[in-house]
Amino acid sequence: MTRVLTGTTQAIRLKGRSFLAIVLSPELPLGDWLERFDALASRSAGYFLKRPVMLDVTGMEIDGATLRDLVTRLADRNVRIMGIEGAGETELGPDLPPAMSGGLPASGIDGLEEAGTASGEGTAPAMAPALMVTEPVRSGQALVSDGDITIIGSVASGAEVIAGGSVHVYGTLRGRVMAGSGGDGRARIFCRRLEAELVAIAGYYQTSEDLDPGLHGQPVQLWLEGESILAQRFN
Amino acid sequence: MGKVIVVTSGKGGVGKTTSTAALGAALAQNGDKVVVVDFDVGLRNLDLVMGAERRVVYDLINVIQGEAKLAQALIRDKRLQSLYLLPASQTRDKDKLTAEGVEKVITALKSAFDWVICDSPAGIERGATLAMRHADAAIVVTNPEVSSVRDSDRIIGLLDSKTVKAEAGERVEKHLLLNRYDPNRAASGDMLNVDDVLEILSIPLLGIIPESPNILRASNIGSPVTLCDASSTTAQAYFNAARRLAGEAVPVTVPGERRSFFEKIFGRKAA
Repeated sequence: MTRVLTGTTQAIRLKGRSFLAIVLSPELPLGDWLERFDALASRSAGYFLKRPVMLDVTGMEIDGATLRDLVTRLADRNVRIMGIEGAGETELGPDLPPAMSGGLPASGIDGLEEAGTASGEGTAPAMAPALMVTEPVRSGQALVSDGDITIIGSVASGAEVIAGGSVHVYGTLRGRVMAGSGGDGRARIFCRRLEAELVAIAGYYQTSEDLDPGLHGQPVQLWLEGESILAQRFN
Repeated sequence: MGKVIVVTSGKGGVGKTTSTAALGAALAQNGDKVVVVDFDVGLRNLDLVMGAERRVVYDLINVIQGEAKLAQALIRDKRLQSLYLLPASQTRDKDKLTAEGVEKVITALKSAFDWVICDSPAGIERGATLAMRHADAAIVVTNPEVSSVRDSDRIIGLLDSKTVKAEAGERVEKHLLLNRYDPNRAASGDMLNVDDVLEILSIPLLGIIPESPNILRASNIGSPVTLCDASSTTAQAYFNAARRLAGEAVPVTVPGERRSFFEKIFGRKAA
């Protein structure tokens, strides 16, 4: 039994919940890094809009003023930083986003950051349970799972599937698919008909314009080799 | 207990209101008690299409606000004794449409009518979500073009997540009504064909309504096409859709094709 002193029956509910966030790991010199960031952002306009973004400055020689400047310059680019990991308490003033720690690499979307810094092999994520969906994924829906995702049905134009592992679509893939979202470069995308708007593996992505037109409408698997996405048609 | 149907689409101008009126009139001609409810507060049209615009005194918002009784707001059709209209308000603020108010009205209508057909506004905002909220079944009106198909797909996703039935872990029955279909343009590739739309949306087909000038004429004289031009192919397509809605097994024919759609699928026996 819970009794609240104020006499109302309405208690405040506090809950813990984990969310996926994109983690940006800037490198010195910052000018160069921002330039690379701009090049990346221009190729995928609006990617960072409305997405939770964290800043990881672990191991960086960065003082409070520089950090503040970086957050401001990112804000100018419509990237809102929700937390900073790896900064000392002296650097983090009250006007900066709060300090974060204890993030799990397996559950984060390294996303486009990987493509920008080309840091090679991603970290191997812990095994997460596979998600099985037996209905079509409709436009406007987003499926997110740390493990593999299997969809028996189609993925509509305007739908988004984000998996830590591989994605299997037993239907037509018309929407966006991001496999290996935690940086797992071994993740693959399989589909019975490829008409995707965008495919990404471990942060490396291709839009439908970049995909070989000969693969359109074909049963295809996509995987990552080095920094490029390769595709093969199933016979 | 009657069945609550929402006629919805996401996209505007695809024929929700015309289809609501035509199906309502078709069902009422079987003697079923039918009410068509306009949810498009501020942009109402169902009263015009039903030819009842000069008889509107009270509307849905008045009933929700407690300014009128439900029986006062219902307008009985002059041609069909068992067909009623509950108009939307043209002047009131659409925020007056509240979830509790809608629930109360729908519950009351359900107990008095065999069919409660809700004409949803376009979009996915409040009016549209409230129109689908209490539905037992949905008719998704789609034109054979990509933007309409994608919007319909979005609406189907909402029907599977934002309705009372979906929240209770049940399913809203979904039916596809393919409207303004032109077989010649589909054959030439100007329009998506029936198979394309069905493949993308993957919900059962309720009917295919051919593109026809009869519809415009019917709207302008304020009479559902199933009343004023009952022998036309358009009206026949609506009559068949209404029969399927009532659970009858009527084969779907693609306008302009001799063979029925099911014959096309099951027409050849496997070796």
